[in-house]
Amino acid sequence: MSHALIIARLVVREAARRRLLLALLILTLIIIMLTGWGFSRIPTFTQGGRLLSDVAVKTVASQFLILTMFMFSFVLAMSAVFVAAPSIANDVESGIALAVLSRPISRTEYILGKWLGHALLLAIYAGGAGAIELLVVNAVVGYLPPEPVAFLGFLIAEGLVILTLALLLSTRLSGMVGGVIALVLFGIAWIGGIVGGIGAAFDNATIGHVGTATRLVLPTDALWRGAVFTLEPAVVIGASSQAGPAAAANPFFAAAALPLAMELYAVAWVAVLLGLTVLSFRAREP
Amino acid sequence: MSPTDPAGLALRTEELAKRYGRITALAGLTMAVPRGEIFGYLGPNGAGKTTSVKLLLGLARPTAGEAWVLGAPISDPVAHRRARRRIGYLPELFRYQHWLTAREVLRLHCALADMDRAVWDREVGEALGIVGLTERADDRVGGFSKGMQQRLGLGVALLGRPELVLLDEPTSALDPVGRHDVREIIRALKARGTGVFLNSHLLTEVEQVCDRVAIVDKGRVIAVGTLAELLRSDAVRLRATGVTAAAKEAIAALGALDDEGEWLVVRGITPDLVPALVDLLVRHGARVYAVEPRHESLEDRFLSLLERPERPA
Repeated sequence: MSHALIIARLVVREAARRRLLLALLILTLIIIMLTGWGFSRIPTFTQGGRLLSDVAVKTVASQFLILTMFMFSFVLAMSAVFVAAPSIANDVESGIALAVLSRPISRTEYILGKWLGHALLLAIYAGGAGAIELLVVNAVVGYLPPEPVAFLGFLIAEGLVILTLALLLSTRLSGMVGGVIALVLFGIAWIGGIVGGIGAAFDNATIGHVGTATRLVLPTDALWRGAVFTLEPAVVIGASSQAGPAAAANPFFAAAALPLAMELYAVAWVAVLLGLTVLSFRAREP
Repeated sequence: MSPTDPAGLALRTEELAKRYGRITALAGLTMAVPRGEIFGYLGPNGAGKTTSVKLLLGLARPTAGEAWVLGAPISDPVAHRRARRRIGYLPELFRYQHWLTAREVLRLHCALADMDRAVWDREVGEALGIVGLTERADDRVGGFSKGMQQRLGLGVALLGRPELVLLDEPTSALDPVGRHDVREIIRALKARGTGVFLNSHLLTEVEQVCDRVAIVDKGRVIAVGTLAELLRSDAVRLRATGVTAAAKEAIAALGALDDEGEWLVVRGITPDLVPALVDLLVRHGARVYAVEPRHESLEDRFLSLLERPERPA
């Protein structure tokens, strides 16, 4: 198991040495500053010549926060794919894997180390940047979503799902091809979530099944809906529910918390894909 | 240390074969390499040399056959992994993490080889010194020339005083000084009892350092033995005129004749038969201008084996 930790440390060190962490840190700080300024303007909005009420400010802030976090979750997924998709493929193509795998390390340890290193980077980045954004919003408009910790958990989980998929693809495909496939699947899952919502809205079972199927194939959108729910204050849920089932098609709204079964499914999904990654890499000959 | 006892051997293979789809990379390799020996593994490009090394290290899986590395069968992943702690390897395709310094690459391999952390500094310092990279130890590998990267790879292979070192074309990126250094390193390894499996197509390199040599072609060993055994067939070069067909026929009784025009080469003739050869030519009316006893070089042997696989050693 210590071999896996050696590889995990190597992944983290590579990210630091190749200035990935620095680039993400600078860009994220810029985004947080810009969105922080945007949030700080909300209390100055007027409606009919009068400033917004405190409840209205918080409602607007909650919606703006969901949009901001959606963008952030997208950036997170893209970054995870860009970093993970070439990770194993490059080691094999360059020959680095020859020297490493001739050591007393098993393929399983190597894969677990790669996953662990990337997962750690992702969790630290997503958790850190997400938490700072929430704190900044709280500081400038006095709004904190109902379940901030659960939100960060869903955000990290969504990133881990796409990261695991990219690593699996990296055992067989070049970084470019694996990356494109992972991102396309991510997009399909997002659209699939909307399609499923439309199916629910119009009571169309077939369309609804399409949505369910995409959730099961790649649970990123399901986890995103889980994240959205933790960001919604009760007043928004109440108001949107008045809109009837049509609201379910809105990718920036969730009418209910993510069922526990789906959360467990996502965990199992990651575990199964990690197992497939090990099996796939065991059969690979560098 | 009998050939049937894998534990007494550094390497042993038994009908080891590897196929990639319809392409046969290794047709059925059977050989034994005692511990502590410098073993040359010679063959033309595409003979299956690198494939053999990858199979021995568990980097690829054989389609048939078995191999033992320091007594551990490659079909037993746990035992083989344990054996790999005592093996150093320089791949033909040598690439190391370019964002690390030379010292960090070596430390990484100390960790991967399960070395006690207390000895890392000593091991890394020694390896850097042996391959001549001490002054560049803290520079990033990304800034190294190919030759320096190959030296680093050699340093990686030497870490932890391995019992067996597999070197796959270790001088491909080195200049003459570097090649000389590598020969000295290999001799030093032998002096301390480390076995070396030298995969190469550079005959002079093999000739100068190896105790024994296997020549492989098309995925099979076509000759194996000490250099003295492989090169035992002496030859004589003669410059003569007026050599009749009858004379040539008579010479064939003494050795294999190669007619190179003005020069004749008689192979497989022992030195004590040279006067009889000259006498025979003179008696057949030939005029002899020069007689040069020639010790067959490894290159000649190699070429003759590859040209005429139907006449193995």
